[in-house]
Amino acid sequence: MQRDLAANTARNEPVAPAPMRPPRTEIGMLGWLRHNLFSSWGNAILTIVGLYVVWKLLDGVVSWGFVNAVWTGDDGKACQAEGSGACWAFIRAKLSQFIYGRYPEEERWRVDLVYALALAGLVPLMVPQIPGKAWSAGFTFLIFPVVAFWLLTGSASNASGGLLDVAGFVLGVVGLACLLLARSSLRLVGVLCLVAAVPLVMRWVFSTSGLVHLPLVPTELWGGLLVTLVVASVGITGSFPVGIALALGRRSKMPFARWASIGFIEFVRGVPLITVLFMASVMLPLFLPAGVSFDKLVRALVGVALFAGAYMAETIRGGLQAIPRGQFEAAEALGLSYPQRMALIVLPQALKLVIPGIVNSFVGLFKDTSLVLIIGLFDVLGIVQLNLTDAKWFANSTAMTGYVFAGLVFWVFCFGMSRYSQMIERRLAQGERR
Amino acid sequence: MAVTGIAERRARRTTSPLDLLYRPEVRQVLFQVILVVALAALFWMIISNTAANLKRQNIASGFGFWDTTAGFDISQTLIDYTNTSTYGRVFWVGFYNTVLVAVIGIVFATIVGFTMGIARLSSNWLIARLATVYVETIRNIPLLLQLFVWYFAVLKAVPPPRQSLELPGGVFLNLRGLYLPAPVPRPGFDAVLLALAVGFLLAVAIATWARRRQRFTGAQFPSGLASLVLVIGLPVAVFVFAGAPLDFAYPKLSGFNFEGGIVIQPELMALLLGLVVYTGAFIAEIVRAGIQGVPKGQKEAARAIGLTNSQVLRFVVIPQAMRIIIPPLTNNYLNLTKNSSLGVAIAYPDLVSVFAGTVLNQTGQAVEVILITMLVYLSLSLFTSFFMNWFNARMALVER
Repeated sequence: MQRDLAANTARNEPVAPAPMRPPRTEIGMLGWLRHNLFSSWGNAILTIVGLYVVWKLLDGVVSWGFVNAVWTGDDGKACQAEGSGACWAFIRAKLSQFIYGRYPEEERWRVDLVYALALAGLVPLMVPQIPGKAWSAGFTFLIFPVVAFWLLTGSASNASGGLLDVAGFVLGVVGLACLLLARSSLRLVGVLCLVAAVPLVMRWVFSTSGLVHLPLVPTELWGGLLVTLVVASVGITGSFPVGIALALGRRSKMPFARWASIGFIEFVRGVPLITVLFMASVMLPLFLPAGVSFDKLVRALVGVALFAGAYMAETIRGGLQAIPRGQFEAAEALGLSYPQRMALIVLPQALKLVIPGIVNSFVGLFKDTSLVLIIGLFDVLGIVQLNLTDAKWFANSTAMTGYVFAGLVFWVFCFGMSRYSQMIERRLAQGERR
Repeated sequence: MAVTGIAERRARRTTSPLDLLYRPEVRQVLFQVILVVALAALFWMIISNTAANLKRQNIASGFGFWDTTAGFDISQTLIDYTNTSTYGRVFWVGFYNTVLVAVIGIVFATIVGFTMGIARLSSNWLIARLATVYVETIRNIPLLLQLFVWYFAVLKAVPPPRQSLELPGGVFLNLRGLYLPAPVPRPGFDAVLLALAVGFLLAVAIATWARRRQRFTGAQFPSGLASLVLVIGLPVAVFVFAGAPLDFAYPKLSGFNFEGGIVIQPELMALLLGLVVYTGAFIAEIVRAGIQGVPKGQKEAARAIGLTNSQVLRFVVIPQAMRIIIPPLTNNYLNLTKNSSLGVAIAYPDLVSVFAGTVLNQTGQAVEVILITMLVYLSLSLFTSFFMNWFNARMALVER
């Protein structure tokens, strides 16, 4: 070092000053604090207020939810002590109700099986690294709903449907034959035949054949997480096609289709979900011919799907409007038909653009499932609310504990959905990032 | 020659009736005819079924029930109402209760939302994180659940009237509600109100004059300060001069309950808290997106031409951010109004609760009652969207 300096001075070159370290208050931990928390007097005061709020919140959560919480106990007496926090014993005692509702205990394996099948279908579909998306999508959207329906409801008492069973098998054989033997032109016919055959064959397996006999579980006994997930998943899968149809209708050149779509969308978006659910539960029975009646759950499902569909339509319309005209025209110039233009060119681009909006609608729908308790169905919130009236568990803290539990359930699902959508968004945007 | 060949072939082809189906115009007409017929059939089926069902159940249709005596009490009425009033009166009671909660909710949700939205963009790391936690927690939990928390877990846990919580300013909180001192004007208070109106008008006049003058001469006038003095200073001066002609009736404990003052029922309080906290989180996101949506170059350019920090905010950032913020903001105001119907779950006597609930159960006239209820909300939102379209047209960037 010394010699270098000497050499430099000898050659009369200017000495580069040794780089000075930045002041200690500008870098590292101290610098970060100065810049982000104490950059001015006002900011310092805000930071101190913020710290106080954080301290209060943490202190409240820890002492209520953990330190003073009651973890074990057989009834509300355990939680009645002065100054006791959350009554987790209540959640422990009622957990099976919160998950299954009043679903008969010896039949609960069916619900578990449905959950497991749903996971088996959704995980390969949602994790981008797993190949075979077409197969998992086929399973999740074609086979799983039918199996889940039969598993959850069970078989009606000895339904007989000779003709339907025969039709199912014939369709199945024709479909398979078309797929395996025929050229590409018959592929579509084959797929359609199989789609029609699946429920009919399932029906035979689960009811007429007598191979599997599952006792009937009426939907009045369903409850808790089961109802929340059923309403949310049927609502999500139902609202999507409804939304696409309405959005395309609203953008259509055909005046009647356009005005019918606009009328429906604006009407549904203009009224609260409660009134739609009231309509589904009070007025739908009036609309149907005498003797025809729908299950209460089915009525709620129809209401939720139509309601969410109208919101979905507006989201998708936003995406459609963002697609340049040239895309429509180029597709037309290629000689593609309307369904082909939409399904192959326009919708894939439009839907990709509005993924955040679509997921927002899904999150909204998931939260809205809690409203079914107003028409007498018991979702997670409904069953918590019902159990709070249980005199055996009377204690001041049970209400808050129950709500915190229900809130956590909703929060995990909704937050998870929005995070997942952000990940997908990033993946799809990779083409634009260079 | 070849051209005629094609034309001939085409002429021959259109003669086949099946080929007609491949013409887009024919398809459009056909499709629409099918749609209209299907819709008409659906409506006809619904109407005839409904008529038959109503007849079978012996339910009178029509709006005759409107003038029938209701015979039940309502816990909160803004207009005169007794249990001998008519169902029509019940409708108006419910309507005003809905409007009340919507208006108060919108005001407070806006305040909370703008505060939290700006806090999320704060340069203070801790404040920005706290606001993020608020938004991400509240947005992902159903409103109904939040209402239950406020009503059943928080407001049911406050002490009974005898052990009321005493808050500063003569305010009491207990199981029966929040008791506020009621202002009681003495004669002479009208003059204060008059001064307020005069001050407001003068402020508008001065602002208009100042803007005109600045446009023509470039000379500035502190019109903001002047309006502040006029709107606040003038009424305060008159108030002091008239010898403070305003008393407060403080709520007092007598027997088992409080008397005097204004009572805010727990139902109203819970509904307001729930709506404000929930909608505030959504508005915060809108505000954040709006402010972030103003291009950075705009701020830099404004600084470059020598505007001060507050001028940059006032003349460059806020006007452009508002253009982004206002459409979704109105949407959220509408959502808040529609969400106020959830008050039915905590027994707040709004339109859905007293009209679509109690009246429907008593009369059984589901079709009429639900239709009226839906129409009220529908006309509110259609009115808002017309206003929004007009506003958007006015605010939209004028481009070449």
